[in-house]
Amino acid sequence: MQLKSEQPDLLEISGLTKGFPGVQALDHVDFTLRAGEIHGLLGENGAGKSTLIKVLTGVFRRDGGSICLDGQEIEARDPADALSLGIGTVYQEVNLLPNLSVAENLFIGRQPHRFGLVRTGEMRGRSSELLATYGLHINVADPLGSYSVAVQQIIAIARAVDLSAKVLILDEPTASLDAQEVETLFRILNDLKARGIGIVFVTHFLDQVYAVCDRITVLRNGRLVGSRPIAELPRIELVSMMLGRELAAEALHRNQRPAVTGNPMVAFKDYGKRRLVEPFDLEIRPGEVVGLAGLLGSGRTETAKLVFGIERAESGQAFVDGKPVRIASPRDASRLRFGFTPEDRKTEGIVAELSIRENIILALQAQRGWLHQIPRRKQDEIANRFIKLLDIRTPDAEKPIGLLSGGNQQKALLARWLATEPRFLILDEPTRGIDVGAHAEIIRLIERLCDDGLALLVISSELEEIASYSDRVVVLRDRKHVRELSGPEVNADTIMTTIASHQ
Amino acid sequence: MMRRHLPVLITLAVFIAGYLICLAQFPSFASTRVIGNLLTDNAFLGIVAVGMTFVILSGGIDLSVGSVIAFTGVFLAVSIERYGLNPYLAFVLIMGLAALFGAGMGFLIHTFQIPAFIVTLAGMFLARGMCFVLTTDSIPINAPAYGQITEIALRLPGGGRLTFIALIMLAVFGLGIVLAHFTRFGADVYALGGNRTSAELMGVPVGKTTVRIYMLSSFLAALAGIVFSFYTSAGYSLAATGVELDTIAAVVIGGTLLTGGSGTIIGTLIGVLIQGLIQTYITFEGTLSSWWTKIAIGALLFAFIVLQRGLSAASIRAR
Repeated sequence: MQLKSEQPDLLEISGLTKGFPGVQALDHVDFTLRAGEIHGLLGENGAGKSTLIKVLTGVFRRDGGSICLDGQEIEARDPADALSLGIGTVYQEVNLLPNLSVAENLFIGRQPHRFGLVRTGEMRGRSSELLATYGLHINVADPLGSYSVAVQQIIAIARAVDLSAKVLILDEPTASLDAQEVETLFRILNDLKARGIGIVFVTHFLDQVYAVCDRITVLRNGRLVGSRPIAELPRIELVSMMLGRELAAEALHRNQRPAVTGNPMVAFKDYGKRRLVEPFDLEIRPGEVVGLAGLLGSGRTETAKLVFGIERAESGQAFVDGKPVRIASPRDASRLRFGFTPEDRKTEGIVAELSIRENIILALQAQRGWLHQIPRRKQDEIANRFIKLLDIRTPDAEKPIGLLSGGNQQKALLARWLATEPRFLILDEPTRGIDVGAHAEIIRLIERLCDDGLALLVISSELEEIASYSDRVVVLRDRKHVRELSGPEVNADTIMTTIASHQ
Repeated sequence: MMRRHLPVLITLAVFIAGYLICLAQFPSFASTRVIGNLLTDNAFLGIVAVGMTFVILSGGIDLSVGSVIAFTGVFLAVSIERYGLNPYLAFVLIMGLAALFGAGMGFLIHTFQIPAFIVTLAGMFLARGMCFVLTTDSIPINAPAYGQITEIALRLPGGGRLTFIALIMLAVFGLGIVLAHFTRFGADVYALGGNRTSAELMGVPVGKTTVRIYMLSSFLAALAGIVFSFYTSAGYSLAATGVELDTIAAVVIGGTLLTGGSGTIIGTLIGVLIQGLIQTYITFEGTLSSWWTKIAIGALLFAFIVLQRGLSAASIRAR
């Protein structure tokens, strides 16, 4: 526990517990925030950060534990109530109204008025003054939507603070800002800190954590890993807190395979998109597995989306078999015989209501066009072949896919692309949320596909796992491909130290 | 600033262009008589359109207004002619009844999260059905008060008359503008249309505002029904069929986004006047069937919706 410090605790959360069916999202989490402190809240996907924030702001009700603000036990009913209690939240996706003017956004519900009429002049004057204290000089009569996300965020902060916020929660505020905008935001955060406001800062960018935070709290799998002052916390330790592994005494051996040689099947030169991922070079040969490693938000998924045409690249060129190609949409990618299984299986992968058979033939059918329907007998044959081949555990192919376990859904998604006989497969977190047995099977499957001569790009947060099957590993940090590891360098320790290092 | 007002400016330009075309062909369009009639003939449409603008601004729709107009007419005719009710008392009664009816629809829409389309569609059938319960005949209204009211008019230079019902419409538009742009209620309506979830997070009283919006719409529909009964001096169950759609057309042509959150009351006035202008032109022309009004409005509506899509796509790209 924290020793008694010079500042009093503004917010004190202890033993906070929140469960959802099948998941313990928060398990006896403690968290303290002092006045005049910027406190980083860190953790990978599913660590419980968003649940903690949502309980704090009244979106969810807690199952147990206590939340004290200024020594008073509180329980917010909804975000508006939390705000009136003094807890303001600014999300990455700014939750203001783009169609209203800046001034109306700042004052809605509390517009100065006389005889029932809003005193627009006074409201605008006060808005201008308020924003001027944040170094923002804009026309407050213009609609909010005409300003950039960065400006909108500052307006959201100004609104939350002006509504008497003592605690300001910033949920990934920098995710869509450029370097200069981040700079401005940090200056504002430091000003607010000096005014005695407690700030909870959620981010994935380690550099930003070290630039602005006083203390950090790390969560993992719904549990508290620890709270530490940032000044005495080496990066490598922070990363190991987040990823949940200690530096191993000896490097783990990976499958010793000869280095894959030959001409790259797919290559990307100087490929990138502003605010998504910085331009990168990437080559993958047939029979090769390239791993993408990095913390959440480092640009792993963004790289996959660019490569598969979900996001359109602004710079660079893609090549297949050495010939330049255009990948402007997933349709283009699919035509080039690329395949992609997304990270979020439930919303981006499966169509839960459709049967396993329908899910498996989906990509193949889409490639052929809806006018050339695959005959039912052929559909059954394809579905049954893959159910057998990948050992998808189901009584029959007509069961809705939503009823299968995560591991079997993942296999069906793989089957969807394998049915199109792809040459290049992108797998984003193929083993997330899958039980141990299925986990091993998926990994064996990846290795088998690679032996069959497919080119594979695999994203995973599990360092051991990624080291075990990858021929090469590209490490990403802050939306940049920072280093490519190959040969004996492909081991979990080197990957972790590369993630933690900074130039 | 410019881009924000572009839809209204385009509507205004269309109106001016249309007016000039009419004027070139029929010089008498400049007379105050034609202008006075334009306002009088479209008074009831204008009054409902103000209510409909609030509804559409909030991201909703109100299909019941045409039926409410008809019900108002029938209610007035029956209560005044058959039961000898004082016309002014009847006005107050029907407006109160309509406000309750609208509040009920708003309550259902908010509480059960039912699409406004369905709730007001049910309201439309209900109100129309209630007309037939009262009477299936067309009942003329001969109360002396009606004669007196329709006589009230401002004389315009050049022989035109600005009738009492035209004045009511202009007053409703004036109040509508104040309500939309200078009150908290107005800001809440725009907030609801912009993003319901955000509005709720920001503390906008979503439920209360929804109830009030539909209350206002039905109330103004009843007022329009009263004005319509001055205009026709009768109550008839089948009157004002399809008026809800004319109203929606006027609002959209006036530059209000069907998805809500953007638009103006003054734009709606111009939208109503454009419809009236087309109608008047076709009357002057003499050889064209009145169905050409519908065809022209259909084409115009289509053009405006395409324009809105274009503008919103352009503003997203500009960001």
